[in-house]
Amino acid sequence: MEYFLTEQQKMIKDLARRLAEERVLPVRAELDEKEEFPRDIMKDLADADMFRVFIPEVYDGLGGGCLELCLVTEELSRVCGSVAISYASSALGTMSLIEYGTEEQKQRFLPDVASGKKLAAFALTEAQAGSDATAIKTTARRENDGYVLNGAKQFITNGGEAELYTVIVLTSPERGGRGASALMVEKDTPGFTFGKKERKMGLRASATRELVFRNCTVPAANIIGKEGAGFIVAMRLFDRSRPGVAAQAVGLAQGALEAAVDYARQRIQFDHPIISLQAVQQMLAEMAIEVEAARALVYAVARTVDSGAKKFTEESAMAKVFASETAMKVTTNAVQIFGGVGYTRDYPVEKMMRDAKITQIYEGANEALKTAIAFELRKRKARRE
Amino acid sequence: MKILVCLKQVPDTTDVKIDPQTNTLIRQGIKNITNPFDAYALEEGVRLKERYGGQVTAISMGPPQAETVLRDAIAAGADDAVLISDGAFAGADTLATAFTISCAVKMLGAYDLVICGRQTIDGDTGQVGPELAVMLGMSFIAYVSRIEEIEDNVLRVRRLLEDGYEIMETTLPAVITVVKEINVPRLPSLRGLTRAKSAVIPVMGAGELGVDKSVVGLAGSATWVTKIFSPKRSANGEILEGSIPEQLTNLINKLREASVI
Repeated sequence: MEYFLTEQQKMIKDLARRLAEERVLPVRAELDEKEEFPRDIMKDLADADMFRVFIPEVYDGLGGGCLELCLVTEELSRVCGSVAISYASSALGTMSLIEYGTEEQKQRFLPDVASGKKLAAFALTEAQAGSDATAIKTTARRENDGYVLNGAKQFITNGGEAELYTVIVLTSPERGGRGASALMVEKDTPGFTFGKKERKMGLRASATRELVFRNCTVPAANIIGKEGAGFIVAMRLFDRSRPGVAAQAVGLAQGALEAAVDYARQRIQFDHPIISLQAVQQMLAEMAIEVEAARALVYAVARTVDSGAKKFTEESAMAKVFASETAMKVTTNAVQIFGGVGYTRDYPVEKMMRDAKITQIYEGANEALKTAIAFELRKRKARRE
Repeated sequence: MKILVCLKQVPDTTDVKIDPQTNTLIRQGIKNITNPFDAYALEEGVRLKERYGGQVTAISMGPPQAETVLRDAIAAGADDAVLISDGAFAGADTLATAFTISCAVKMLGAYDLVICGRQTIDGDTGQVGPELAVMLGMSFIAYVSRIEEIEDNVLRVRRLLEDGYEIMETTLPAVITVVKEINVPRLPSLRGLTRAKSAVIPVMGAGELGVDKSVVGLAGSATWVTKIFSPKRSANGEILEGSIPEQLTNLINKLREASVI
């Protein structure tokens, strides 16, 4: 399919693919098995300027936007979903600064993210606050020139590995949803420690960990956006980051589709490769249609985001829901085509299937996102648009 | 520190075949790549620049299309590149090649360190590096597997031998050749690729170098290739089967029969 990518975008996509195939592919099974964070690969990505892709040029980036980030994430995910999410989470962790940071904050933090010297993370979820994000309990009390944090964040991607954390906290708990703020917290700040590392079904090489704050003081200068705007910041950032998760899903589905086609051409049953069986052909064709449709939607939404559009909650949610549902279905069918061996860890499709499941859950559970889409539909009807 | 890295464009020999009729390399469908050993040389040059500061220049001698390896070198960290290319240089053996490169290096200025791969995968001689050192009047260390340190103009390296390694020191300037154990070459970077695309790569020919055509290329070569051929397989091996003691008994009997033991 011709997606009319620019020369620069093609270069980014090609290099990301080369990195994935030469550096990630040889170690992906081992990283998954050992549940080991891909530090060396993050270094390779940094050396290749991949962390510069989503950072503005004035802060040592390459000035790309949502589409460029999606291209890298998709290519990495085609080979390994864990590597892709470790990379993309750094983008989400810094997007807060790019969109809402002050000039001083951008200069202070962004160049080190661009060079890959520092990884970033985003922390909103808590034990009692998943889809119901406003139920967070972590507080930040204003004291002299700083904020004193107390509480714990759960399921934080890149937790323990990242140096910079965008944390959503309650600065005025009495104001509920309007009392939240976004704060930049640096690793090694006294009072900031890491709790339990999760043992996950998939994305095992990515680090998912609890963040614990006990009287952790951060400078008041680290507030991102206005005090009280924390949830608006978080929700708008998710609108920007959801195409990235959708791209991760497209990559996983693409990897599974290619593996299934390869296997179906080699596997002989009834004296013929199983790809000559109509049942298998139908499955592969449906998988290919869905992967391409998901990719087209994700790229279109990423371009909408990059066009400077003010609001794209609905579009962004659509891309995430459709691509993640596709990834789950395509990876499951890939395992089906592999048959018994597909269920073993000797072949990559079971990992892809395990990795795909989370794309339906995180960055907004698909059910919650469909509610949001329906809400927009009702609103538009009411406004007679 | 000024570093020069020598690179050669070679056919990808992982699947190379010789035409049995003409005894020449079948070039159809064969990709040209940067000599793999030279990629280690470039990576080490870039790492030294990152460690000690300075500049890395990539140089290659070959036909005009050899420019590709130089653009790849810039994409992977070289600051600039020079191509030595002229029809008069064609057919050069290692002596004429080293001579031509040495003339170019002398014109380009003073380098502290010249890094080459241990050998090319097409010629396999491993001679150009040492010849270049002699012609440039620099000291030379082959098969470097680690650069320990550069301090007060002294280079200390570990070099790989068949049965171990040696730690050697030399004053700079020097020429070294490196082995694959020295590093893992990085992939290009996005900024490097962008720079490589627009980089101007000067070409030095016989005229620019001011050399007489009788001392370069085939005319300036001390050796000529008279014939290339694939060796004929004269005997087939035999694989012994059974348990290890059975195989050993079998082997000893066969060697006795052949009057080898």
